Amino acid sequence: MLKLRCPNCGFVSDETELVNGGEAHLKRFGPGSADEDFEAYLFMRKNPMGVHFERWLHSYGCGKWFHAARCTITQEVFGTYSAQVSRPPSELIAEISEKRPGWSYRDWSGED
Amino acid sequence: MSRYSAFAIAAKALNRHTGWDRAWASPEPRRRYDVVIVGAGGHGLATAYYLGKNHNIRDVAILEKGWLGGGNTGRNTTIVRSGYLQDDSVAIYELSRRLYETMSQDLNFNVMFSPRGLMMLAQTHHEARGYKRTVNANSLQGLATEFIGPRRVKELCPIIEISGPRFPVLGAFWQARGGTARHDAVAWAYARACSDMGMHIIQRCAVTGIRRGADGVRGVETEKGPIDCEKLGVVVAGHSGIVAEMAGLRLPIESVALQALVSEPVKPCLDVVVMANTVHGYISQSDKGELVIGGGTDGFNNYSQRGSFHHVEETVRALVETFPIISRLKMLRQWGGIVDMTGDRSPIISGTPVRNLFFNCGWGTGGFKAIPGSGWAMAELMAKGEPGSLAAPFGLERFREGRFIDESVAAGVAH
Ligand SMILES: Cc1cc2nc3c(=O)[nH]c(=O)nc-3n(C[C@H](O)[C@H](O)[C@H](O)COP(=O)(O)OP(=O)(O)OC[C@H]3O[C@@H](n4cnc5c(N)ncnc54)[C@H](O)[C@@H]3O)c2cc1C
Ligand SMILES: [Zn+2]
Repeated sequence: MLKLRCPNCGFVSDETELVNGGEAHLKRFGPGSADEDFEAYLFMRKNPMGVHFERWLHSYGCGKWFHAARCTITQEVFGTYSAQVSRPPSELIAEISEKRPGWSYRDWSGED
Repeated sequence: MSRYSAFAIAAKALNRHTGWDRAWASPEPRRRYDVVIVGAGGHGLATAYYLGKNHNIRDVAILEKGWLGGGNTGRNTTIVRSGYLQDDSVAIYELSRRLYETMSQDLNFNVMFSPRGLMMLAQTHHEARGYKRTVNANSLQGLATEFIGPRRVKELCPIIEISGPRFPVLGAFWQARGGTARHDAVAWAYARACSDMGMHIIQRCAVTGIRRGADGVRGVETEKGPIDCEKLGVVVAGHSGIVAEMAGLRLPIESVALQALVSEPVKPCLDVVVMANTVHGYISQSDKGELVIGGGTDGFNNYSQRGSFHHVEETVRALVETFPIISRLKMLRQWGGIVDMTGDRSPIISGTPVRNLFFNCGWGTGGFKAIPGSGWAMAELMAKGEPGSLAAPFGLERFREGRFIDESVAAGVAH
């Protein structure tokens, strides 16, 4: 059973109390954007084998959204953090980099 | 290749069955092939087979990182049906189902296809309405399906509880020519036929990179060294995103775990396939007597071939409610497979922006039934460089164009 700590209410919840909202930190595109951008926003996903930043809804708890970083192979949860940010906290990125040599946030985000 | 037959069994018995040929060869890879297929699951092997059979392209290697048929092809609950709603879906799934009917003869390998009949229970009025609509669509498509009432459901499947407390059975969608087949045998049958055509099946040979030039694909890097090819077909189900990344592409796919389990073997008690999509469970009985049970997918990206335990509990609960007689059965084994879910839950059979690089994926939770038809359509696409009428609706460009296949063929539970 996957367990995540909701940063909003502080409860550690089983996955049965949570709903996954897919890849986090997508750049949103709306009407008027290029077809490629709109398509990528709606459908194209990184779907990585390894570290995944994702959204979760604490549906049977406080009812609020939050973010999590999880490994899609081992199910290790590296940490959870606020839904109000468009980038994971630097400490979390540093922690994951230490645990996973070779992994870099830049590969995930495409940021320079 | 020596033919399998009752006569051959008798003749080989004289030598204590020591004289059988290997079903397929295990050669070392050459440095170049006309076509390389990545992934020796059912869809990859069927693609190779129809490249040879329908298009006479035989200089083909199929590269597999594990053992052939060890992916979802060897992990599924083997349900075969074609009663979908949209014309595009029915065309490919029904070709597939028809090819299953003659597969044992065509490939000279017993794949134990058993068109025993398949029902999808209607347990809400909404579901009943949906199935009636599908039956109407199917009759226009020339496909024999029907909507049957609860009495007929009980006749066809006496162990079912039709007046359950939560969701009484209101009727069912019934496809008499749906059923099951032996999953491993399907992979083995195609592998044997491909090997017989001189194709190379190379196991334990993961593809680790894709080489491309300005004019398109050049070849692959593998655990056994680089291999050049003119055309490359990637057919790796849940790992499609990983291999796409090697070519610098991104796909509208997310990988999730889907589980199945089997009970201890019991005497014959269920001779049809039953799917109960409202309560999330489906069930059939194997020739060994085990009840083969499947349920829902995990709701998050996942590459661990295991799945969350609470799904087992939900599935079993749903089936005990529908089939009270099974409540004291022990479950013997449980396993998971990584399924490839697309944005519209329909498959992808498509070229890519990279010339001569083709993808076949997105069959998600329901692609066992599609193996022959998918291989047929993919082979046509790869041989001609452009899709035939079967594959055309399933191109990648549909996501950009908003031209979705409005049907959840690979949705979490209904196969
Ligand atoms: C539990 C479960 C139940 C299911 N039930 C049904 C059902 O009842 N009916 C139905 O129709 N469908 C069902 N399905 C779906 C069905 O199993 C799949 O859609 C189908 O088997 C996919 O076949 P494939 O050949 O595309 O993939 P696979 O059989 O998964 O083959 C892909 C192959 O690619 C290989 N590969 C991956 N990466 C690489 C690489 N880098 N290099 C080389 N090789 C690689 C893998 O090892 C694998 O062998 C079920 C699936 C699961 C998991
Ligand atoms: Zn909370």
